[in-house]
Amino acid sequence: METLITILVGVLVTVAVYLLLSKSLVRVILGTAILSHAVHLLLMTMGGLKKGAVPLLGENAENYADALPQALILTAIVISFAVTSFLLVLAYRTYKETGSDNLAVLRGFEDE
Amino acid sequence: MKINDVILQTVTKIVVFIILTFGVELFLSGHNNPGGGFIGGLVLSSAFVLLYLVFDIETVRKGIPFDFKKIAAFGALLAVGTGLGSVLFGSAFLTQTASHFNLPVFGETELSTVVLFEAGVALTVVGVVVTIILSISEDV
Amino acid sequence: MNNIVVMPMVVPLLTGILLVFLRSQVKIQQLLSIFSIITTAVISVYILNLIQEDGVLRIDFGGWMPPYGISFVADSFSVLLVLTTAIVTGILLIYAFSSIGRAHENMFFYPFVFFLIAGVNGSFLTGDLFNLFVCFEVMLLSSYVLITLGGRKVQLVESIKYISINVLSSWFFLVGIAYLYGTVGTLNMAHLSVRIAEVGQGPLLTVISIIFLLVFSLKSGLLLYFWLPGSYSAPPTVVAALFGALLTKVGIYAMFRVFTLIFYHEQGVTHLLIGIMAALTMIGGSIGAIAYNDVRQIVSYNVVIAVGFILVGLAVSTEIAFQGSIYYLIHDMIIKALLFLIAGTMVYLTGTARIEQMSGLIRNYPLLGWLFFITMLSLAGIPPLSGFIGKVYVGQGAIEAGSYLLLAIAFLSSIFVLYSLLRIFMNCFWGETIINEDDDVPLKKGMLIPLVLFGILTIVLGIGAEGLAPYVTDAARTLANPEIYIDAVLNGEG
Repeated sequence: METLITILVGVLVTVAVYLLLSKSLVRVILGTAILSHAVHLLLMTMGGLKKGAVPLLGENAENYADALPQALILTAIVISFAVTSFLLVLAYRTYKETGSDNLAVLRGFEDE
Repeated sequence: MKINDVILQTVTKIVVFIILTFGVELFLSGHNNPGGGFIGGLVLSSAFVLLYLVFDIETVRKGIPFDFKKIAAFGALLAVGTGLGSVLFGSAFLTQTASHFNLPVFGETELSTVVLFEAGVALTVVGVVVTIILSISEDV
Repeated sequence: MNNIVVMPMVVPLLTGILLVFLRSQVKIQQLLSIFSIITTAVISVYILNLIQEDGVLRIDFGGWMPPYGISFVADSFSVLLVLTTAIVTGILLIYAFSSIGRAHENMFFYPFVFFLIAGVNGSFLTGDLFNLFVCFEVMLLSSYVLITLGGRKVQLVESIKYISINVLSSWFFLVGIAYLYGTVGTLNMAHLSVRIAEVGQGPLLTVISIIFLLVFSLKSGLLLYFWLPGSYSAPPTVVAALFGALLTKVGIYAMFRVFTLIFYHEQGVTHLLIGIMAALTMIGGSIGAIAYNDVRQIVSYNVVIAVGFILVGLAVSTEIAFQGSIYYLIHDMIIKALLFLIAGTMVYLTGTARIEQMSGLIRNYPLLGWLFFITMLSLAGIPPLSGFIGKVYVGQGAIEAGSYLLLAIAFLSSIFVLYSLLRIFMNCFWGETIINEDDDVPLKKGMLIPLVLFGILTIVLGIGAEGLAPYVTDAARTLANPEIYIDAVLNGEG
């Protein structure tokens, strides 16, 4: 099972890298979102995929899954949510300001 | 172009309350069951976002005259404040405590300071999410 | 239990939140920010002295003992940096009062500065690798806002570059954390160190350590500095100074922490790599610093050179070299803030950033000219100023370790620093003045005072290095002997 998930992570990273390298800003943002999903899966796989109930007291189960990777993932999701939404607002503002979302057209300094 | 959205508006008026109730339910069940401040807050804010989608921003602002940035700040203040509260009582930063009380209506109830912390988280999430949506939609 | 340890993070956080409520009352915002930053500085001085008596301090959040809970750990190294951060930010805030403008002040400029400080201080103090990631993100998110605030076209476009590169490096950070957790099953830094010492740092762990090296190199601009000059030239002066003084230093701190505490077993691989990267950084930075004619770009490349220089100390890894790096780190935070402020003030006064279009500024603004002169000497490492002592110790450490090539490159880079700044000095401050008496822009007092304060600080730090010596020695001792840190975290009674 771990192998399968690892391959899935690899596929997600491939997709994300492809999107990141494209010129459209929206695609780049989608790429970062997929990239973060890939690493969340990796975090879960690295903690070991175990059989067990959700680590919550209300479950009253015999054995629980490792809670730490889940806590890490939750935190990472919150952070990537914040970053992605910020990037979306930024992309929108940039589009408003420059009228383009093509990264080849957008250049900061003239003499670069 | 005037879009005819009578059905959406009528449904929304009811559904918003269902979503809000569900959000509160998720928030309260967060102690020992799935749920909690972050998820509850997200569901609550989805209700607000739905309102903004269906009615225009001005109408909703008249109905809900809060500055959502301040709500987010208040939530963060509450969350940090509970952390500092434990310092006042001489235990480590962010220490939480819980105790059982005998309340008149609810009977034997567990009350925990972590609820205050989670309430702070929920308010922050609501404030931040609505602020983000508003800042995208403001000048359309 | 020492709740005081968490205060350098909580005070700025709380201030930032309170400032959001005071959006329209700019005067109160300014008063509260100065008051809060002074409080943070005083608290850090208190903690610093407490460490000299009681050793490394620790606070476990929520009373969860390490390695299960998250703790903040304060040793002399981290608290020295926290203190410097507070002082530098305080002076930069004074500059901001007169320069940043009402539009920024109403758009939550001060709150985000304080969130940034909370993230920076949190990164310095945390004892948990994942918490380090979170504090990094708090810092980075605030920096994203600060870099875009104002929304000029250059800012928006440069910030896209800056954010994408940081998202990518944060991603590598998480990958590293995932692999490390999968390999040794803990994320508390002291516990990690113990476990890795038990199992030995095999090839797998060395590869993981190189992922962390990659992450921190991206953040601090070690070799992977291609994003830095553009991003640091775009935002307003104060923000650029804040970034130049603080952000790269956090990456450097993290690198020191990780490679002295956790991955110190395979120095032949990791530390050699750091040495090579530091050398290439200094060479690349030197070329950049003398190649451009834009003041802001030259100044940004000076940041890059300093990063390389500080990491020479880590590459040779002797106690003396650590001392040198710590002195130089503190010096660099102060002097880079000053350098960015002077560059920004020059742009403000002349309306151009090209050095060939400025001339004779010293006739109109003599004090600014002399301050620039002091900055230049201090950066080059001329004795009574603050850059000297750090360079001496780094040099001594490099000789002890026998890395003469690294030493030669490090000292050659100082000459390039001197040359690049001398070029600005000769072009912009000497020669015929280009500004008529009529359109002479007056230099505001509020801008000049912070510059003078930084100037005094670099002289005081140079002459009064003796007073700082006990703290720096203790910091270097803790870095060179990780068991002091580990003992305080895992065995101390919190």
